[in-house]
Amino acid sequence: MALVMGSLQLGIIYGLLAIGIYITFRILNIPDLTCEGTFTLGLAISAVVTRLNHPYIAILVALVFGMIAGAITGLLQTKCKIHPILAGILVMSGLYPVNLAILGGSPNLSLMNSNTIFRNCIDISRSLGLGPDATKIAVSLIVTVAVVIILAKFFKTHTGLAIRATGDNEDMVRASSIDADRMKILALAIGNGVIAICGAMITQYQNYADINSGNGTLVLGLASVIIGEVIFFRRNITLSLVAAVVGSIVYRFIIALAMRLPFFDASYLKLVSAVIVGIALSLPAIKSGISLLNTKKGGSQNA
Amino acid sequence: MLNINGITKIFAKGTPNEHMALNNLSLNLDKGEFVTIVGSNGAGKSTLFNAICGTFFVDNGTITLDGRDITYLKEHKRSKIIGRVFQDPMRGTAPNLTIEENIALAYARVNHGPLGKALNKKDVALFKEKLKAFDMGLEDRMKTKVGLLSGGQRQVVTLLMCTIVPPKLLLLDEHTAALDPATSDKIMKITNDIIKEFNLTTLMITHNINSALKTGTRTIMMDEGQIILDISGEERKNMQLNDLLTLYSQRSHKVFDNDRMLFNE
Repeated sequence: MALVMGSLQLGIIYGLLAIGIYITFRILNIPDLTCEGTFTLGLAISAVVTRLNHPYIAILVALVFGMIAGAITGLLQTKCKIHPILAGILVMSGLYPVNLAILGGSPNLSLMNSNTIFRNCIDISRSLGLGPDATKIAVSLIVTVAVVIILAKFFKTHTGLAIRATGDNEDMVRASSIDADRMKILALAIGNGVIAICGAMITQYQNYADINSGNGTLVLGLASVIIGEVIFFRRNITLSLVAAVVGSIVYRFIIALAMRLPFFDASYLKLVSAVIVGIALSLPAIKSGISLLNTKKGGSQNA
Repeated sequence: MLNINGITKIFAKGTPNEHMALNNLSLNLDKGEFVTIVGSNGAGKSTLFNAICGTFFVDNGTITLDGRDITYLKEHKRSKIIGRVFQDPMRGTAPNLTIEENIALAYARVNHGPLGKALNKKDVALFKEKLKAFDMGLEDRMKTKVGLLSGGQRQVVTLLMCTIVPPKLLLLDEHTAALDPATSDKIMKITNDIIKEFNLTTLMITHNINSALKTGTRTIMMDEGQIILDISGEERKNMQLNDLLTLYSQRSHKVFDNDRMLFNE
């Protein structure tokens, strides 16, 4: 039961990361490494502000600074014409000392004695008869669902549509009198803002912040997005956002089950994620290879 | 309407590959004129379009559209008043968006509330009605992703996107060349109807000399970044394919070398 509850809670919160990755990777078509830095940025900011006894404001501050970091990546890509992947790497690596400084120079920070959103809500809901696990799920759900609803609405506005088209056909976007550069910057800002919220929630959930938490978030998010697509296919924008969250939950369950295997070490997680993503992204190539083989076989039979 | 005054564009300036794509070119269009452009490969036809659209800025000269100097206006700002259809049907539409979403994006050029809903019933009804007039069966497939359409269907969607807010200038860059003859004829008919309906000032590049002489109101011929022939009115009406070729050889001191133009009907 603890396993189910834990996976569900983590899956819902990490669903935000999957949404952020979905925006940059699927909508904008850019594998954006900034996320590794912005996740930790959100985490660090949230930890510090929560220690100042403002757990709710912590989330908002994380969002703002995550968006700024994403916008910087966007500016490097569009105005400075730096290769998208390199622009992400530059910001990610530049953020490391910033994050360390926010954490006060130490690699981790404990929130054991602080009033987090989760503690706050558990106190309130206890009087309503809700257990701590149910409350944690409820809190995570409220945040994630709110983000999904807002983004689903946003991507149906003119600006949202323009962002989706920018990842699809930049020529056409320019021809429709839309500033494609601005759309890219905006999308990167939104994606990284959401990822920073994810980091901010995680730190309050696990009651500590660690400077290395961001490592591997891109692959982790990609794995969630891809699992979600396998379950839901790629349909409209709202379903795709929901799919990313569901993918993240399923991913957490897979990890939790794998962890119960006797030979499985926690450090294998990244390998598992990398293999999932690697296989999923090469599926189209494998499929066309197989169909080519079949065609060839058929040809020799008919000859 | 469109005044191009002595524009020059040199690519790879200062290198051994230096190439003068546009050479002190001037062109004036009145409102409602429909000009067809012919010329061999590398004559600078598409470069001229790129210069007008702002894909790059010219090295010299000025471009004025409807009294407004647009020489240094950014590409996406010009596209508010200039519509352009490319030869490649893939370029004008976003494949993963639906037909209605694509058109809505182009329609947003006018009623542009950034956070307004991109699709509302009234607009979609308008898009449907417009598509229905083209008689391609697209009005029943508004929620189909454009990537699933044929080349001809995509060009029709692009045409509608370029003209749903009538532009001050319409640029057609061999927009039927990638299509089969029957579809090509149909798209050309739709194009003519639209141009007539809104009295659009139009420039059309074509490789088909016969249709260049029959379509529109004026024909220009380009060579090495210059306009070497500019005919309209009676002179153009009486012009035959062979006359045009003779003129070409005289003016450019070259024999016409483009089979595609000669063998086209």
